[in-house]
Amino acid sequence: MIAEQISVFAENKPGKLAAVTRVLAQEGINIRATTIATSDTFGVINLIVDKPRQALEALGRAGMLVKTRKVLAVLIPDRPGGLDRLAQTLSKAGINVNNAYGFVLENGQKAVFVVDVDQLEKAEQLVEAEGFTTVGPEILR
Amino acid sequence: MFWEKEIETMERKELEKLQLKRLRATVRRAAKTPYYAEVFSQLGIKADKIKSLDDVRLLPFTTKDDLRENWPYGLVAVPKEELVRMHSSSGTTGRATVVFHTAKDIDNWTNLLARCMYMVGMRKSDVFQNMMTYGLFTGGLGFHYGAEKIGALVIPAGAGNSKRQIQLLYDFGTTAIHIIPSYAMHLSSVFEEMGLDPRSTQVRMAFLGAEPHSEKMRRKVEEIYGFKAYNSYGLSEMNGPGVAFECPFQNGMHIWEDNFLVEIVDPKTLEPLAEGERGELVMTTLLREGMPILRYRTKDLTRIIPGPCPCGRTHRRIERITGRTDDMLIVKGVNIFPIQIETRLMAIPGVGKNFLIILEREDYNDSMTVKVEVERHFFRGDLTELEKLRRKIAEELRSEILVTPRVDLVEPDSLPKSEGKAVRVIDNRKD
Repeated sequence: MIAEQISVFAENKPGKLAAVTRVLAQEGINIRATTIATSDTFGVINLIVDKPRQALEALGRAGMLVKTRKVLAVLIPDRPGGLDRLAQTLSKAGINVNNAYGFVLENGQKAVFVVDVDQLEKAEQLVEAEGFTTVGPEILR
Repeated sequence: MFWEKEIETMERKELEKLQLKRLRATVRRAAKTPYYAEVFSQLGIKADKIKSLDDVRLLPFTTKDDLRENWPYGLVAVPKEELVRMHSSSGTTGRATVVFHTAKDIDNWTNLLARCMYMVGMRKSDVFQNMMTYGLFTGGLGFHYGAEKIGALVIPAGAGNSKRQIQLLYDFGTTAIHIIPSYAMHLSSVFEEMGLDPRSTQVRMAFLGAEPHSEKMRRKVEEIYGFKAYNSYGLSEMNGPGVAFECPFQNGMHIWEDNFLVEIVDPKTLEPLAEGERGELVMTTLLREGMPILRYRTKDLTRIIPGPCPCGRTHRRIERITGRTDDMLIVKGVNIFPIQIETRLMAIPGVGKNFLIILEREDYNDSMTVKVEVERHFFRGDLTELEKLRRKIAEELRSEILVTPRVDLVEPDSLPKSEGKAVRVIDNRKD
């Protein structure tokens, strides 16, 4: 399953992240994970949320430059070596990872690792064939 | 202290007589150019209608646009084989204007520069290091020829390469330099990085040119280096440097009135202003054969300093340039029009509607930041793409304006709208 990440263009200035989180809080949207990639004076705030469509619309209405981006959200066991097996799988297949970050879903049980890759469908088939489960928004609620 | 005492100290009356004679000759030469021939026939202008210097007002103004529209040979007054040199204004392809010189024109120009440098004490025993760009830009070759004419040893160092500049200063005992004031400030920090004292060279005079600067900045340069710094004014349409230059009294620049007829006009009404009032400098070449230019609107703001100069020269003095009547920016000695930046930017996919140019000066060094809106559909949530866009913009602008700006990408519709008289430039440079 392909998941959706919310990406917001952000000038690197005080209050930008707060503006994003305020909109999402007002909409009752739950943020599961966030990363910020910056390049000097600007960057991109990436978010995994429970209601990506609603988040996209709300942030857009607030005047922000926002896009959804297709990513893989992969369930991995929350224990040593869990992530390594996923990374090895992608690496062997020559899939390039643009961005990656994870969060724990159930402590000691399950974690989700989000990967933004260059060959999305190939990666999806590959990790599922390796026995991983990819999840969409419903499981992230 | 005089290179040509007779001309430099000529009685005003005599000087004006000489100007009138040369103005008539200039009008006769201009009539041979395709451009002025047509304008003259429309306006019924003939050289013998010029009875006094005030009659210069019968002649049409010439603007940079006129030069551009009649590019390249529309204002050339001699057969092409008589031309020996072309120069072009800084700025690049789309906006450049070209000026042509005969051998005699080059001699005259060279002589003016020799006059300038001799005035402040340069002699054949001096070692002159020319830290200006050679090439299409007039600052390099103009001074080079002038210094050789005096008989000084010329080091054609060209611009940039700071460590080598400093090495040359010491190795050959340089005593005079030609330098952009902001570069002089930058160079002083390189001295410090190398653990050297900027005052430890033998340089005793500097000619500061190619960009307007304040009195405070000049004093700062003098203090850092322990030499005398003289302001130099020129523009490629009037040969280049050597139009006006400070004498040892450092109070205004003598504008060489045997070569140029000077007017100060109200930039809006184009009516002449009383002596001492600040306005736009308008100049007519009086000796140039290859490309005579009548009443050229320099767009530079200045005024004539009333009264005689204690140095004894009768050629009047203009004050240092205090601004422009158009939107031209001068950054690190390079002339830049915001339209050049706009044209390039708008051709780059991913660039949004608006942009803003911000100029700053820190430690006397100029920097340019261009804020550019990202086009809404370009953004796909990928930082790498944005970084590529930023680099592409910086490269494109560099090739257009010859200065590398810092580029900031900003959100769509976050900058002032570009319609109408939008503020495209914020100039925070002071002193």
